[in-house]
Amino acid sequence: MAETTVDSTRNADGTVNWSSDAAKRSRRRRYGADTRLKIYGLTAIIIAVGVLGILLATLIIDGRTAFVQTRVTVDIFVDPELVDPENIERGNFRQIVLDSIASKYPELEDPADVRTARNILTNNAHFMVRDEVVANPSLIGQTFEIVIPASDPFDQLNKGVIDRDLPEDRRRVNDFEIALFDELVEQGRISTPLNWGLITNSDSRFPELAGLRGAIVGSFYLLLVTFLISFPVGIAAAVYLEEFAPKNRWTGLIEVNINNLAAVPSIVFGLLGLAVFINFIGLPRSAPLVGGMVLSLMTLPTMIIVTRAALKQVPPSIREGGYGVGASKHQVVMHHVLPLAIPGILTGTIIGLAQALGETAPLLLIGMNAFVPGDPGGLTDASTALPTQIFIWADSPERGFVAKTSAGILVLLGFLITMNAVAIYLRRRLERTW
Amino acid sequence: MDESSGASDLAKMATANAGSSDKPSKVKVGVKDVNVFYGPKQALFDVSIDIHDRTVTSFIGPSGCGKSTFLRCINRMNDTIDIARVEGDIRIDETDIHDPNLDVVELRARVGMVFQKPNPFPKSIYENIAYGPKIHGLAQNKATTDEIVESSLRKAALWEEVKDRLQEPGTGLSGGQQQRLCIARAIAVSPEVILMDEPCSALDPIATAKIEDLIAELRENYTIIIVTHSMQQAARVSQTTAFFHLGILVEVGATDFMFTNPKDQRTQDYITGRFG
Repeated sequence: MAETTVDSTRNADGTVNWSSDAAKRSRRRRYGADTRLKIYGLTAIIIAVGVLGILLATLIIDGRTAFVQTRVTVDIFVDPELVDPENIERGNFRQIVLDSIASKYPELEDPADVRTARNILTNNAHFMVRDEVVANPSLIGQTFEIVIPASDPFDQLNKGVIDRDLPEDRRRVNDFEIALFDELVEQGRISTPLNWGLITNSDSRFPELAGLRGAIVGSFYLLLVTFLISFPVGIAAAVYLEEFAPKNRWTGLIEVNINNLAAVPSIVFGLLGLAVFINFIGLPRSAPLVGGMVLSLMTLPTMIIVTRAALKQVPPSIREGGYGVGASKHQVVMHHVLPLAIPGILTGTIIGLAQALGETAPLLLIGMNAFVPGDPGGLTDASTALPTQIFIWADSPERGFVAKTSAGILVLLGFLITMNAVAIYLRRRLERTW
Repeated sequence: MDESSGASDLAKMATANAGSSDKPSKVKVGVKDVNVFYGPKQALFDVSIDIHDRTVTSFIGPSGCGKSTFLRCINRMNDTIDIARVEGDIRIDETDIHDPNLDVVELRARVGMVFQKPNPFPKSIYENIAYGPKIHGLAQNKATTDEIVESSLRKAALWEEVKDRLQEPGTGLSGGQQQRLCIARAIAVSPEVILMDEPCSALDPIATAKIEDLIAELRENYTIIIVTHSMQQAARVSQTTAFFHLGILVEVGATDFMFTNPKDQRTQDYITGRFG
């Protein structure tokens, strides 16, 4: 191709030569930029999804063993000499369990060995046996079968977490204990069903018995209080700011401050809760009431911002129609604008509550990371919440808690995903086109 | 298109319409020296006009000349705009509408409004009509409400079309039906004046014709003020026409005279299509 005449896009006579080399080069450059932009975007998505995938994979790998629980089927003989039918509760069930174990391992002579064998079962085994007999007094003098969770070291052994090939002094369980356990395995007495206890049990010192029930109930109370405070206050504030407040310097200042409040680090709210609610006002520590009040302060800015956005979305023609018919200001807002803004408000509320569910720092400061072995009975009882329970477990030394921490995180994620999915579903369902 | 023949068509329409209201009726809406400001910008300059009872008055003029602004003064809809300021004297039946003792909510019931784009409430047809009487306390029980709904829909020439589906949403009707629903909604609170801000501009010609017929019927019981972009429409439906330009009321008079023999050169220019 001759260089001189086709190198520039504009010909000598002023017309445009679209197929000149210069034009082609310029077009190729532009298409190149298009492709590069697409690649950047795709790479960014892959990185984001990849990191998320790695996170989930790690959690699942670490936590999967916590979703099953090793259990031992034992035959218990309820020696009538150790239990008084008039006062079953006070019976010597420790001895009953020891004796039953001893009879299962006739080759063990040393009582210390029998105790070792008994410790294959969870520490609270005798309480479980006691509850069985209390419920069914006819068992006195009988032998019955009961399924009891294995204690943590043997639970981990069975799940393969404890490496049998390590030298004995580096292992949690020694060869003797392993032999005892393997005997039970051969007898078919070991089972690993799904661990519903993860959800139905309260917290415990023993990982094999620990569950999230107390934390779930605590989180539920927390969210209830948060909702009851931030929903009405947030909506009322947003309605006032959007519909009634004059547009002057003061309201501008208020708006800026509300937006700033949404950016305050959550631990500051925890300090506020500690200093004012607990110390100054004297509310009880670790109570969902206080936690709910702190979290509602954090959710309030979100509620206000979301409600204002929903109100702004309502077209002015609706308001004009209301005014035109002679409705007063509050009638226009309450009868026409607010009902149409409800879908947006609802979506924002659920998202705000989902955020509140996962907040940990402020709850730690007001003491919701206490060890609470039962459910909170009400709003003023000491309690934990899901994120703080995970925090406690992460700190605990027993091996079983490592897996339980990851499992707890997965349960929390499950709740969050469900709440967000509900929010998205509601938004789609209730969306209106004008 | 030949300018003069266009104007004479208008004149013919206007004359045809003029006949029945040659007898002067009392002044329903009296306006004196009204100035309207949006913030620092003035939108209307010293507007004065008398609107007579049971007539149709149309406001015409190019875009942005202030006719909608002036219309909204009459039922104080400009109050809902923060930066709007209205000065001057507006009286309905000799009562100053800016009197602090006058309830603006009552004013808006007595002076109804129909907007450019039909805006029925997102409720059922029944609820749309019943809302106004309910909040003003005009209907004590269901029987009265039913009556008001039916009579309003009949007066708006919509009853036959919707009587079997009163519980369906108002937004499910066609454009023309929605606009008639809005007219029925305005009628339901027993207004004396009905303001219409370009009511047919979003409608097709058939729906427009139906609404224009409706306006002719309504004229017997209500005072109607209509803002319109279409001079043909003004000529067809109104007895009095007011021409606005750049915030000034240039000329007002009987429709047939306005279109045959306007006094002001600006009116003449607008009507013959030289601008606007």
